[in-house]
Amino acid sequence: MLNASFIGRVYPARGTYLVGREKVREFARAVRADNPVSLDVEAARAAGYQDLVAPVTFPIALAMEAAEVVIMDPELGLDYSAVVHGEQGFSFARPLVAGDELEIVVTIENIRSAAGNDMITVRADAATLDGERVVTATMLLVARGTAA
Amino acid sequence: MSISRSEVTVGMELPSKTFSITRADLVTYAGASGDFNVIHWNERVAVSVGLPNVIAHGMFTMGLAINVVTDWAGGPEFVTDYSCRFTRPVVVPDDEVGASIEVSASVLEVTDAGTAIVSLSAVCEGQTVLGKARAVVRLA
Repeated sequence: MLNASFIGRVYPARGTYLVGREKVREFARAVRADNPVSLDVEAARAAGYQDLVAPVTFPIALAMEAAEVVIMDPELGLDYSAVVHGEQGFSFARPLVAGDELEIVVTIENIRSAAGNDMITVRADAATLDGERVVTATMLLVARGTAA
Repeated sequence: MSISRSEVTVGMELPSKTFSITRADLVTYAGASGDFNVIHWNERVAVSVGLPNVIAHGMFTMGLAINVVTDWAGGPEFVTDYSCRFTRPVVVPDDEVGASIEVSASVLEVTDAGTAIVSLSAVCEGQTVLGKARAVVRLA
């Protein structure tokens, strides 16, 4: 059973995440996002962007990395070996573009248990160093059988 | 180019797509995303935790499915929100054929704010693998 007093806990940004052009391209190829703005810098610039536009689900890479601070928090006691991904959401204030340097703040939005499973909702808010909000990724992680 | 509001009606179907995924695609996605969870590439471990076989990353299916929307919308920059539940695993056998995911989508709502809310469906082996999948598209 997870400690419900962790609801609302905020983990400040640890360093920054720099969105790399080749990482965007690699991710786009992996998910077959073949829109030119994600592969061709000239096409991205013609569309009004400084550099390649990241595919819609690209922020999972930075959100998962940032959420490790929660997953690995010994005080919370989440059994990572039992964790499956239950739900995922992305909400963009603007498209994510290669060259963006982001700080990611992680918040525990909710903790509950149902049917013997521990469920934790983790939100990762990514903003530029100037404080411009770019994208929020919200994930529901389910630890199977750990709430019994 | 984004899609214009006059071209969008509630209930309209977006062009559907079928994605074939093999073990090699899972390895490629693992590298691209940084998600190296063993159940997505090691059959021995996947079976030991009670899965029928190696399964695809839920995020890989989610990432493939949105192509139906971004192709229609004119690019990833027009999708402002995207969410789903992972309801069933996509089992990927160790062969050249792999698994097949059929993705369809339709317009659920056109809002006064100039967006279209799209509902997506992803089916593998006759079963829905994403639940409540929704995307919000900014219209011109």
